[in-house]
Amino acid sequence: MALVLGATGDIGRAVARRLGRDGWQLQLAARDGQRLEAEARDLRLRGISVETHPCDVLSEDAGVSLLDALSATPDVAVCTVGVLGDQSAASDDWRTAERLMRTNYNGPALLMGELANRFEQRGSGVLVGISSIAGERGRGTNYTYGSAKSGFTAFLSGLRNRLWRSGVHVVTVKPGYVRTRMTDHLDLPGLLTVDPDQVADRIAVAIRRSQDVVHVGRLWRGVSLVLRTIPERLFKRMSLP
Amino acid sequence: MLAAGAERGLRLMGTTELAGWGRYPRVGCELATLRREDELCQRLGASTLIARGNGRSYGDAALNPELTLSMLAMDRLLSFDAEQGLLECEAGVLLRDLLALYAPRGWFPPVVPGTAEVTVGGMVAADVHGKNHHGDGSFGSHVESFRLATGSGDILTCSRDRNPDLFRATVGGMGLTGVVLSVRFRLCRIESEYVRAETLGTADLDATMATLAASNDWRYSVAWIDPSAKGSILGRGLVTRGDFATDATAASRPTPASRRQLPSPALLSVGLNQASIRMFDALYHRVGRFRSGLRPVHYRSFFFPLDRVRGWNRLYGRRGFVQYQCVLPVAQSSRGLRAILEHVASSGHLAYLGVLKFFGRQGEGLLSFPMSGYTLALDFPMRSGTVDLLDSLDEITASHGGRVYLAKDACCRPDHLREGYANLESFAEVRRAAMNGCEFSSVMSRRLGL
Repeated sequence: MALVLGATGDIGRAVARRLGRDGWQLQLAARDGQRLEAEARDLRLRGISVETHPCDVLSEDAGVSLLDALSATPDVAVCTVGVLGDQSAASDDWRTAERLMRTNYNGPALLMGELANRFEQRGSGVLVGISSIAGERGRGTNYTYGSAKSGFTAFLSGLRNRLWRSGVHVVTVKPGYVRTRMTDHLDLPGLLTVDPDQVADRIAVAIRRSQDVVHVGRLWRGVSLVLRTIPERLFKRMSLP
Repeated sequence: MLAAGAERGLRLMGTTELAGWGRYPRVGCELATLRREDELCQRLGASTLIARGNGRSYGDAALNPELTLSMLAMDRLLSFDAEQGLLECEAGVLLRDLLALYAPRGWFPPVVPGTAEVTVGGMVAADVHGKNHHGDGSFGSHVESFRLATGSGDILTCSRDRNPDLFRATVGGMGLTGVVLSVRFRLCRIESEYVRAETLGTADLDATMATLAASNDWRYSVAWIDPSAKGSILGRGLVTRGDFATDATAASRPTPASRRQLPSPALLSVGLNQASIRMFDALYHRVGRFRSGLRPVHYRSFFFPLDRVRGWNRLYGRRGFVQYQCVLPVAQSSRGLRAILEHVASSGHLAYLGVLKFFGRQGEGLLSFPMSGYTLALDFPMRSGTVDLLDSLDEITASHGGRVYLAKDACCRPDHLREGYANLESFAEVRRAAMNGCEFSSVMSRRLGL
């Protein structure tokens, strides 16, 4: 049984289809129940068994009530929840910034935390969290989003460290540019941009091989390394997309 | 009015250079991806748009500089009635995905074109035909109904009973009447994934046409002709015909694993030269002779041989290519085809991949391409003089009462179009009513004065 959080988003849909094709029974969660049903209907027609759980990660007890509603504790949980938002809006208005932080950090992290506890009790399971290259280093153009992703990356790394003895594995996925609704308005560099299907395929591989931190697309490991090693004196002067 | 944009709605992806499968012409287009129906009906700035599927039409049919709406994310299955084989899915579902899902369960689309990389919406818009046209007609004949977003933002269900005018205008209507959102159509039963096929060599055009006509009892038939042949061997070819295998031997064959795609050879990417075209044809003929006799072929090899070569359209080089496809009425076919092939042979232009097929009945759509007669398709690398060549081919086609296939076209003139398509006026009338609030148009429709 595999749980996909954020199953109506572009990456969530791709992950659900991929895991379904690989033979997993699916539990799907997303905010909009109606859209979730549309995805579930599609997956069922593809011969995949699906249960649906409307769930808003911004609500206070999202994690607990979701876990209580699930027919069984899943073996794999993939969290694809997140929004890019608009940095200038977030810079100008703290409410926008707070929402961005909660959607990208509080919500996903608390959910993963709850799942981690259940997995730990059981002594097995794989948690997959989709973080971002944007979390490697704060950039002027998206530091609110980036800082939340950075926090999420640290949270996942902490979970991995805490849980590895108990047989629970944690995968951190750090995609770069992905062609999704979130990035439709951006002019993305072709060579560095991947499709949601590629992210989903990468996740399937990471689950099978119990990998820790994975990038999607050939060049991103290098980009990430460069991003992290540029001296701050230089970094602050750079205008990065 | 029909609209995109705004908060939570469609987001423009910026100007992107787009082209059809022939990579000619290339046009900078504002591109947006439609992900849900409700995004379409929100307020918007664009007053003109065209829906685009997987970009497999060859020319300029799915290009609109102001707004080209990608339907690829509208790829959900909606329902399947296993009693009747009635499938409903969103317009952006790829034929390839349907085949992977339903062929192993014994269902096959009623009509498939020469590539599985098309969307269902595109199959309606071009009213695509396949190797079984002589018996089963075009795709539109098997469509029960579809849902269409019109310019006013209304979503109309169109069938032969409901909004029948819009149904007939949209089938084969190249997306010019609205945005097809979902399609309900019938799948057919198959007993195996294999086609029992045979290939016969034919010595000249008369023999090729006669063999095709004599193959009408076969469910599928098509001829590849040697476009470089002249004189007494003009129109020589290979006729391939087949039926889905029903016997246990074929049925028990395993489904081959999805075959590795061959990357298109980099060496050839500088463009096919005349020698390589000749070589290809000579080789194909030799292969054909060895392969005579009935043998089971997996449906993927039978229907979609070129899908194995990823990006084969790049073989023609940077300038792209055009595929010229016309149909001529039966009575005029022999003379017309001969005139076209002779004209090509004497023009100094070399065609690559000639395909000849016998069509059954006229399609239901007002702009449906098929009519009872023979259809010929020829690929031409784009170079200086190609446009003029196509223009003179259009002339020959028109003077023999034929017409060109809009899904392949990139060059036809408005007057030639009018000669070929008798229902243009009724089409324009239905389209005008459907466009109330948003103009559905493409580089093609503007070129053709539609």
